[in-house]
Amino acid sequence: EKAIRELSGVILSRGPKLCNFVDWKGHKVVYKRYASLYFCICIDEEDNELEALEVIHHFVEILDRYFGSVCELDLIFNFHKAYYILDELLIAGELQESSKRTIAKLISAQDNLVEVAKEEASSLSNIIAQATK
Amino acid sequence: MALSGMRGLSVFISDVRNCQNKEQERLRVDKELGNVRTRFKNEKGLSPYEKKKYVWKMLYIYMLGYDVDFGHMEAVSLISAPKYPEKQVGYIVTACLLNENHDFLRLAINTVRNDIIGRNETFQCLALTLVGNIGGREFAESLAADVQKLLISSSCRPLVRKKAALCLLRLYRKNPDVVNVDGWADRMAQLLDERDLGVLTSSMSLLVALVSNNHEAYWSCLPKCVKTLERLARNQDIPQEYTYYGIPSPWLQVKTMRALQYFPTVEDPNTRRSLFEVLQRILMGTDVVKNVNKNNASHAVLFEALALVMHLDAEKEMMSQCVALLGKFIAVREPNIRYLGLENMTRMLMVTDVQDIIKRHQAQIITSLKDPDISIRRRALDLLYGMCDVSNAKDIVEELLQYLSSADFAMREELSLKAAILAEKFAPDLSWYVDVILQLIDKAGDFVSDDIWFRVVQFVTNNEDLQSYAAAKAREYLNKPAIHETMVKVSAYILGEYGHLLARRPGYSPKELFTIIHEKHPTVSTSTIPILLSSYAKILMHTQPPEPELQNQIWTIFNKYESCIDVEIQQRAAEYFALSRKGASLMDILAEMPKFPERQSALIRKAEDAEVDTAEQSAIKLRAQQQMSTALVVTDQRPPNGMPAQPSIGPLSLVKVPSETVDSQNPGDQGLTHPNGVVYKEDPQPPSQDIIGDLLGTLSIEGPPGAVAQSPQSATYEAEGAPSAADAAALVPVGEESGSVQPIGNINERFYALCLKDSGVLYEDPNIQIGIKAEWRAHQGRLVLFLGNKNTASLGSVQALILPPTHLKMELSLVPETIPPRAQVQCPLEVMNLRPSRDVAVLDFSYKFGPTMVNVKLRLPAVLNKFLQPITVSPEEFFPQWRSLSGPPLKLQEVVRGVRPLPLPEMANLFNTYRLTVCPGLDPNPNNLVASTTFYSETTRAMLCLVRIETDPADRTQLRMTVASGDPTLTFELKEFIKEQLVSIPTAPQRPQGPAAPPPPVAQITAPPPAASQDPGALLAGLL
Repeated sequence: EKAIRELSGVILSRGPKLCNFVDWKGHKVVYKRYASLYFCICIDEEDNELEALEVIHHFVEILDRYFGSVCELDLIFNFHKAYYILDELLIAGELQESSKRTIAKLISAQDNLVEVAKEEASSLSNIIAQATK
Repeated sequence: MALSGMRGLSVFISDVRNCQNKEQERLRVDKELGNVRTRFKNEKGLSPYEKKKYVWKMLYIYMLGYDVDFGHMEAVSLISAPKYPEKQVGYIVTACLLNENHDFLRLAINTVRNDIIGRNETFQCLALTLVGNIGGREFAESLAADVQKLLISSSCRPLVRKKAALCLLRLYRKNPDVVNVDGWADRMAQLLDERDLGVLTSSMSLLVALVSNNHEAYWSCLPKCVKTLERLARNQDIPQEYTYYGIPSPWLQVKTMRALQYFPTVEDPNTRRSLFEVLQRILMGTDVVKNVNKNNASHAVLFEALALVMHLDAEKEMMSQCVALLGKFIAVREPNIRYLGLENMTRMLMVTDVQDIIKRHQAQIITSLKDPDISIRRRALDLLYGMCDVSNAKDIVEELLQYLSSADFAMREELSLKAAILAEKFAPDLSWYVDVILQLIDKAGDFVSDDIWFRVVQFVTNNEDLQSYAAAKAREYLNKPAIHETMVKVSAYILGEYGHLLARRPGYSPKELFTIIHEKHPTVSTSTIPILLSSYAKILMHTQPPEPELQNQIWTIFNKYESCIDVEIQQRAAEYFALSRKGASLMDILAEMPKFPERQSALIRKAEDAEVDTAEQSAIKLRAQQQMSTALVVTDQRPPNGMPAQPSIGPLSLVKVPSETVDSQNPGDQGLTHPNGVVYKEDPQPPSQDIIGDLLGTLSIEGPPGAVAQSPQSATYEAEGAPSAADAAALVPVGEESGSVQPIGNINERFYALCLKDSGVLYEDPNIQIGIKAEWRAHQGRLVLFLGNKNTASLGSVQALILPPTHLKMELSLVPETIPPRAQVQCPLEVMNLRPSRDVAVLDFSYKFGPTMVNVKLRLPAVLNKFLQPITVSPEEFFPQWRSLSGPPLKLQEVVRGVRPLPLPEMANLFNTYRLTVCPGLDPNPNNLVASTTFYSETTRAMLCLVRIETDPADRTQLRMTVASGDPTLTFELKEFIKEQLVSIPTAPQRPQGPAAPPPPVAQITAPPPAASQDPGALLAGLL
């Protein structure tokens, strides 16, 4: 949290036409701005910066596909969805899957599972409601 | 707008967003936290849906930056819910809220394990994701084997296996000692044949981690990596969905090339040829295109290819292609590419023979120093610093100086340090060096550390031709109306010493010099006053014949400061005043400073330290170490001023005042030992006894030598470490006249005992007890020194300096100057092991009790065996490994004679106490011992070491020892280490006690006897 506050200071003060990398405490922060949203990844000095930068963009494209032209509010009200998607894309900070299609399929499968469970629950409560009438 | 699907959560989020200010937000959040807290309290009434909702709210609040210190239990408990929706929430929220050290995670381990080994693959995925994101030792210990099974299981679908690969990667990275990857080479090779690209990508990341630790084991993966790269980059044989803006998975390409960089070479000519073909294609076939993302992705691949080419040290032609490309990049409009161009050019400097081509781009690089982007400016500075040599130093340093006035504050310190180092390393002539440093102080005094001006003073002192030049320059700067205080210091110092050389020039008469220096007097702080006083005294001495008026002026100043509250100033004023009335004898005492012993620049060492600090286990760094990078070689050069390149006195000498070093090396050469035990120094001719008597008189220092030691100077001088410290009339007690304070117990035995255990007493005397408690983890350690004052009076002037050998990085937290009566203070000491070595760190500890100064030098038990972890290997693991390490330098054999005779079981015990696990049954011969261990250091990471001892039942005093590991230095050091233990087994508790039996001085590690430890020189000689 402190890191975020410090970094916000560093990154927000940077102008638009600068590079997407900032040195930070022996690490590098790769960031990208989408409208009013900034996405940041912290990497080691020797890591490939552009690779990380495109991970960010890849993530945004997947969010875009899921939400249909994603906007800040989507992410705020559905922050948990963003977490689900991120978990399908990265684990331990490493890219897990680079196919958008595969990720989309996995996420919708998860959504289905949740839906099914919900329906089960509601039908169950219906039955109970019926029975107790 | 999509809604979260939970009304309560959405309402809360909207509420928070509608808050007008931070205060309102806090109120709303507090209210919600209260609400959640009460709900959790009556947990029984919560439906799964509600529980989920509140846990999400907590996460949201946490994301906003508020502390959430409750409800973790509820999040963790959701993990064990039977249904997917709750489980999913439990897993994700737990992963976000808890870190690897959180106690609650322990509660979840069983559930997580059941999910991992269970049949439900969605549960498996959730569990693997959690473990992969949190890591943690306990997870590693209980789950690594299961995760490994999943990864290679043929019945698991890709979605599970790719998660398993990354999960394993995380566990391995954090706790390489816990995850057993022996025999994984074949499995990794199999995984690289994987058709599913998600699994392949994840496996490649795992491979990178594995080879970075131990490339030897994974040779079989190398051709497969090259195949993968060919498949992607050349054949573009990849499903459409895995191309990214038309590029076949750039991530996989990058990772594959990253893995390849950990192999020292590619030996097989066919593989090498195919690899170079692909690399050539990448280098030449990458164009700049309009689409940003395509551009980034293709350049990500390109830069990785460049790194690989550099690593492989390809033919010269390919290298110059690379430099040409980089040259193009540093001039393009796209800032990312400019940045990376500069960064990679800096890396390229490590490759031999390309410096000249890089130099052609100097003008462009200097332009980048003015780039609007500070990230790019930093890279340009790094590059300029790296590429500087004698031929271009003048240009580059002058550019840096010019840039200094306009540079951001964030960069100035680094900039001035770098400029100073370059000026020193590559100065074409020394007057230029003086110019540069003075300009530096003038332009950026605040950012010029003391080291920089100390260094220029050393140079001037050691080079007679330079002295009058420097004095003239100093005088010029003093003419300026407002100058930085550092400039006042250095000018006053130089003019005091050498101003008289110019006395005939107009404006340089003693009186004028005094006036111009004294003009600055009102503006300076107390740290500068002592230097001014010395300077006045020297001017006074050089004024021949004396000018009464000047004399009076200066005397008045001395008089004024005789009652100064600052002891340093007070003492100087008093001494100078007394001395200056002595007439002729003043000449002796205040004679010119002797030359400083040659030594490595503190600045360069500082820069080197900084390099070590950031050193990480990376392909490029590894390579740099393998090849002895030119950058590092250069730093060893002396400035071309005709001084012989001497080995530096070692990092330890830094803390010493220069003249002190001289004295301790040639006692009696320059100093005179007074019957009191006080050494006077600085004098080409020893002053007469008379003066000493007078001196003592003026200072009212009479009585036992202890009273002299009480003089505050020793402390201040140590702290300053400046040339000024060696100033005239300084009474520096040399040698630790600890007098009556004798250690309790045998220091050596205490040390050896601590080598075997992790807590105990390191040192004790009637006043103080120093205890140690240590924790070791892989290549890091944390020692806590417990300094306990046994007296009912305070101990003062407490100083603890760590003198680390080069292979250890040690950081001691602040040690308080006084320890209150009967109090104990704890000082943590962080240790990091960089390389295998048997050298021992020393704690230079001193304190004052009453009038007595006590100083001891104690070896610290941060010894090689502390970085060992016991490991048991099976015969299936041992023999292939033993055979693959076929001979020197990785496997060394030696017949050791003069071994202390030990029955075999006892020897096995000894090995086990040193954390070398004896593996019984591996060697069919019952007279032999086989042991294994893992050694940890930053460079070697975890490395398996194997040891075999063949004893002769007829003659127990000799044996044959074979040691093998994947690192030649490690093998050697470990062999020597074991030898030392066998020959002079210093297991204190078992040995007959008594000072009459010091360990025989066979092994290097054996310390000099306690008496010698009084002499730092001897001690160091023993250690280095």
